[in-house]
Amino acid sequence: MDVSQYLEIFIDETSEHIQSLSDNIMTLENEPEDKDTINEIFRAAHSLKGMAGTMGFKRMQHLTHDMENVFQEVRSDKIKVNSNMIDLLFQCLDAIEGYLNNIKETQNEGENDNEAIIKKLNSFIDGSEAAEAEQAQPPKEEAPAAAAKSDSSDGTVAHFLDGGDFDTIDKKVSDARDAGKNIFGFTVYVASDCLLKAARAFLVFKAVEDLGEIIYYNPSSQDIEDEKFEEYFNIFVATDNDVDTLKKAILGVSEIETVACGEITDDMLDGTRQEETSDGGAEEDTSSGEEETKPAEIKAESEESSSQAPAKTQATGGKAVSKPVASRTVRVDIEKLDALMNQVSELIIAKNSLASISTNENVMSDKQGFHDQIEYLERITTNLHESVMKVRMVPIESVVNKYPRMIRDLSRKLNKKMELHMSGEETELDRTVVDQIGDPLQHLLRNSADHGLESAEIRAQRGKPEVGTITLDAFQEGNNVIIQVSDDGNGIDTENVKKKAIERGIVTPEQAENLSEKEIIDFLFMPSFSMAKTITDISGRGVGLDVVKSGIQQLGGDVDVKTKLGEGTTFTVRLPLTLAIIQALMVEVGTEKYAIALGSISGIEDIPLSDIKYVEAKEVIHLRGQVIPIIRLDNLLGIEKSGEEPESLVVVVVAKGDKLVGLVVDNLIGQQEIVIKSLGKFITNEDKIISGATILGDGEVALILDVNTLM
Amino acid sequence: MANELDMVGTETKQFIVVKLGDEQYGIDIRYIDNIVRLPNITRVPNSQFYFRGIINLRGEIVPVMSIRRKMGFEDDVFTGQTRVIILKIADHGLIGVLVDSVKEVVTLSVDDIEKPSHDLGTKNTFINGIGKHKDDLISIFEINSVISEE
Repeated sequence: MDVSQYLEIFIDETSEHIQSLSDNIMTLENEPEDKDTINEIFRAAHSLKGMAGTMGFKRMQHLTHDMENVFQEVRSDKIKVNSNMIDLLFQCLDAIEGYLNNIKETQNEGENDNEAIIKKLNSFIDGSEAAEAEQAQPPKEEAPAAAAKSDSSDGTVAHFLDGGDFDTIDKKVSDARDAGKNIFGFTVYVASDCLLKAARAFLVFKAVEDLGEIIYYNPSSQDIEDEKFEEYFNIFVATDNDVDTLKKAILGVSEIETVACGEITDDMLDGTRQEETSDGGAEEDTSSGEEETKPAEIKAESEESSSQAPAKTQATGGKAVSKPVASRTVRVDIEKLDALMNQVSELIIAKNSLASISTNENVMSDKQGFHDQIEYLERITTNLHESVMKVRMVPIESVVNKYPRMIRDLSRKLNKKMELHMSGEETELDRTVVDQIGDPLQHLLRNSADHGLESAEIRAQRGKPEVGTITLDAFQEGNNVIIQVSDDGNGIDTENVKKKAIERGIVTPEQAENLSEKEIIDFLFMPSFSMAKTITDISGRGVGLDVVKSGIQQLGGDVDVKTKLGEGTTFTVRLPLTLAIIQALMVEVGTEKYAIALGSISGIEDIPLSDIKYVEAKEVIHLRGQVIPIIRLDNLLGIEKSGEEPESLVVVVVAKGDKLVGLVVDNLIGQQEIVIKSLGKFITNEDKIISGATILGDGEVALILDVNTLM
Repeated sequence: MANELDMVGTETKQFIVVKLGDEQYGIDIRYIDNIVRLPNITRVPNSQFYFRGIINLRGEIVPVMSIRRKMGFEDDVFTGQTRVIILKIADHGLIGVLVDSVKEVVTLSVDDIEKPSHDLGTKNTFINGIGKHKDDLISIFEINSVISEE
């Protein structure tokens, strides 16, 4: 079945399920007994399994299947939730997400079997073995190569040399060896409670045959298929791969407990044959087998690095070929669509009315009706615009609900106690903005967690609660959405920043004396300016805040910092509601027309020439107790002055945060809704004053001023 | 007409012949999206000197550049004959170039196009061939170097 057409839906739904799992597991951590949550997790894991199975993502299915099993047990009160399990579940989620990312990029789930996680999951189900398995597990994780060796010591015995008829395979062995292949023997142990041993064996064969050729079965393949074996069976494999790869493949099959393995040499075959004829004692055979196993292992290890490296590059090379599947869909509330449909029908009615008026012979006499219809049309288009915007809007929830999990992980990693409080997750933003706001916000949160919050001891000394608080608030303010990330940590030590800036040669010590607090904080947003004394993997590489700033500016937004030493820091991110259509004030400078976004205008003033004062040879005005620098747009934009200077100037006061600047224009045209168009890739304007262009009612093109660049 | 028929069989290319001053230039027809009369051009402050600005082409914003400025000729004089050739460049979208006038469409066989000799000029990197059509010489623009940044 071709399922590629469902891939997008699969990706969307899987992300949703992963999110819901993450949320619920967080809840579960706080309320381990909550039945509803457990059921919810079970359902999500179950759906994930089903979906992955349908799409043919076997590894993902396998993992989710085992997750589901664990919850089955939890649901029936057979095992209890503990913090180990929560940690493991989060690991599972990360693994599933890993699969999903692979699928997004390559339409393929990738090669990672995550067997360590699966094993741990299974050990939870086998409650009695849990403790034992947990003990055995950690060293395995640290040194997978060592795990292979321990196999023979923890009760598994390699039986692959036991009484079999090797004569038949002599030729196969020598052929394979001539072809430069390695020959390994495996004894595969199937779980004692396994119901379909033959099926498991078949899966083992299938897994192995992907990597090499099975040249010998004991019992015979027919017997294995008929389930005529006890807890183990033996195979010889001729392969180009190393023994560990094969072993992993075999262990990847569920309900396979362990595998013993070793390289088969001609001596061994001859030797066993002789022993067989003379004695046939199974015990001695195995001991000789074990001894042989060890050198083979060492050999395999040394080969590992060389044989795996090319395999990996091959895999990545293959990845590049298939196209990434980017999710470009928006889920829309059906009500929003209904509203849209209604407005479109109204639009058609309006068009018909206009058509009928125009065919009327007394067009002139019906001027009133004509005018009414135009007004009607205007109202509809405004509403229509609003509805379409709403369709494009999605709550920021989809981005921010990943953060509680992130803060939890950070809290563990940094060994600091912290809590994340979020509000306003339902605040809506344009889909494109929401898609891109994730990384900058994540940076800010990490920054707060790592640099902002103090360690528990320092907090105790300062009389702060032991648990640090990070808050994320989102809300709408006019045409902007504000997202605030704040912490109750140490705040920014401006003296330190100043010192660092001098150290880096960004300013001279004299200059530094005159810097305002704000200017000092702005250093933090400079590329590769890191305040962290040590580089951690969380932050401190100096690629933090400048990335945040440029990311947000690309979205037409802006970021602002307020800090108080010892009390905490607040980052305020301001984003436009939408990128496509804005309300703007149209102004005239010389003969040219420019648009200024209404959202950034704080007022319009008529200033007599005599009120212009000079500070450091720059023109300023004094307005309601505030000194505001003014910029003459004609100078800035290279427009020739026409005629004499008038007695008073029209000044448009624009704001960015709490900074104000006055722009001198010649004329005000009026307020207008404008559609933002890009200037394209060819034309550049150096200082980026022009953020785009718009087409006016008469077909003329006007440029849009980005006032943020003026401050 | 007979002339054109003769060429069937050998490899031919079509060019739009435009005039800049007294010289004739050919633009490969594959790149041409459109030819429009001179619309109102909105100047973009602080942009590259050879861009005259942007125009509204049926609801799309298209930058317009002056080949004369880019090639170091005298500045454009706008007349009723002035046209904007809209070029379509893969991955980059539309770009307009100003020409004094558009003369005709010609079909040239590859044999009629000579590689430019290097001693003709120093700055003429925008030309990648000289076409011969009847008694005229047509300089063929190398579009990519015309539109690329200097």
